[in-house]
Amino acid sequence: MRLYGLALATCVVVVLFLFMLLRTRRMKEKYAAIWLALVVAVCVVGLFPSAVAATARAVGVATPSNLLFAAALAVLFCVCIQLSVELSTIEEETRTLTEEVAMLRLDLETSRGVAPPTSTAHDVEEEQE
Amino acid sequence: MSEQPEPLSVEPPEDGAAGRVLIILPAWNEQEALPAVLDDLMETLPWVDVLVVNDGSTDRTGEVARRGRTLVLDLPINLGVGGAMRAGYKYARAKGYDVAVQLDADGQHDPQEVPRLLETMLAEGADVVIGARFAGEGTYSVRGPRRWAMRLLSVVLSRVAGTRLTDTTSGFKAANRRAIELFAREYPAEYLGDTVESLVISARSGLLVRQVGVSMRPRAGGTPSHNPALAALFLARALLALLIALTRPVTTRIETS
Repeated sequence: MRLYGLALATCVVVVLFLFMLLRTRRMKEKYAAIWLALVVAVCVVGLFPSAVAATARAVGVATPSNLLFAAALAVLFCVCIQLSVELSTIEEETRTLTEEVAMLRLDLETSRGVAPPTSTAHDVEEEQE
Repeated sequence: MSEQPEPLSVEPPEDGAAGRVLIILPAWNEQEALPAVLDDLMETLPWVDVLVVNDGSTDRTGEVARRGRTLVLDLPINLGVGGAMRAGYKYARAKGYDVAVQLDADGQHDPQEVPRLLETMLAEGADVVIGARFAGEGTYSVRGPRRWAMRLLSVVLSRVAGTRLTDTTSGFKAANRRAIELFAREYPAEYLGDTVESLVISARSGLLVRQVGVSMRPRAGGTPSHNPALAALFLARALLALLIALTRPVTTRIETS
């Protein structure tokens, strides 16, 4: 039973840590959600170990701990994919910002007369206004 | 390069029929080759605007690019060729250019061939014209897995584009207003995105792709790699790029005029 107590204590610490990160805005809610869900699941398992054994029997896994390992793997896999997707989004956003910054700098140089004038100096965006 | 004759001024096709032309050169750490390429461009094609997209270079590319009437787009972060090109096309769209021609900054594309691309564009009503290096012209040669990869790419892409394309990895391309509009939105920054995927996107968005044979100069620095392992990796990545490009949903459809 001491091990379950340890698991529960760890969960409480993790929840507090996540809460702190959320409070100081160092983590966004959408990333914390999956960890909070995981912590709740671990608490349930810690409080009712027999639930795991019952589930393992139901799905046909001989050793209940293996079911836990498999579930943990699946969850971590999902988290990694989510992070890759978010990272790709951020890269795309960075790319757009980089383009905008470069174009603004060139426009600034042109209007200050540092950059040479183009063949016909007219701006489509300005015309549309 | 030194034994080449003095560059001659080349006239635009049909005196202004091509409209305002912007040459886009994506440059990453090209301080050695760039000044000569720019001088050649401005002497040969006095009727075009030249935009160097300095792709987060760590050398003096940004400084040496500012010569004559060159415009320089300084990207603070290295985005890769595809990223640099989209920035260039965005600039072309914002400034209302009729045609954008992309050229490699290492000098392997001859500015004298630009009018040939523009003439093909006008004659065939094409939206995208690729300057293709043909066997026998120029000095470019590849063998082994890299060659198979390029063959495969040209077979598949010819089918997708509905025209015979022999050199799908060429970085010498002309784009009209419709293509500029598409590329400003959708030029991929992935590996091979600037060549293979951009062609697939063009064809699948309803643009007319054509190619014209051009002669290439030897590359200013380095030779194409013949390492078989690298070539095999190129083949694998080319296949993956092709597979993804062909199956991804078409988000932009350019209305046929």
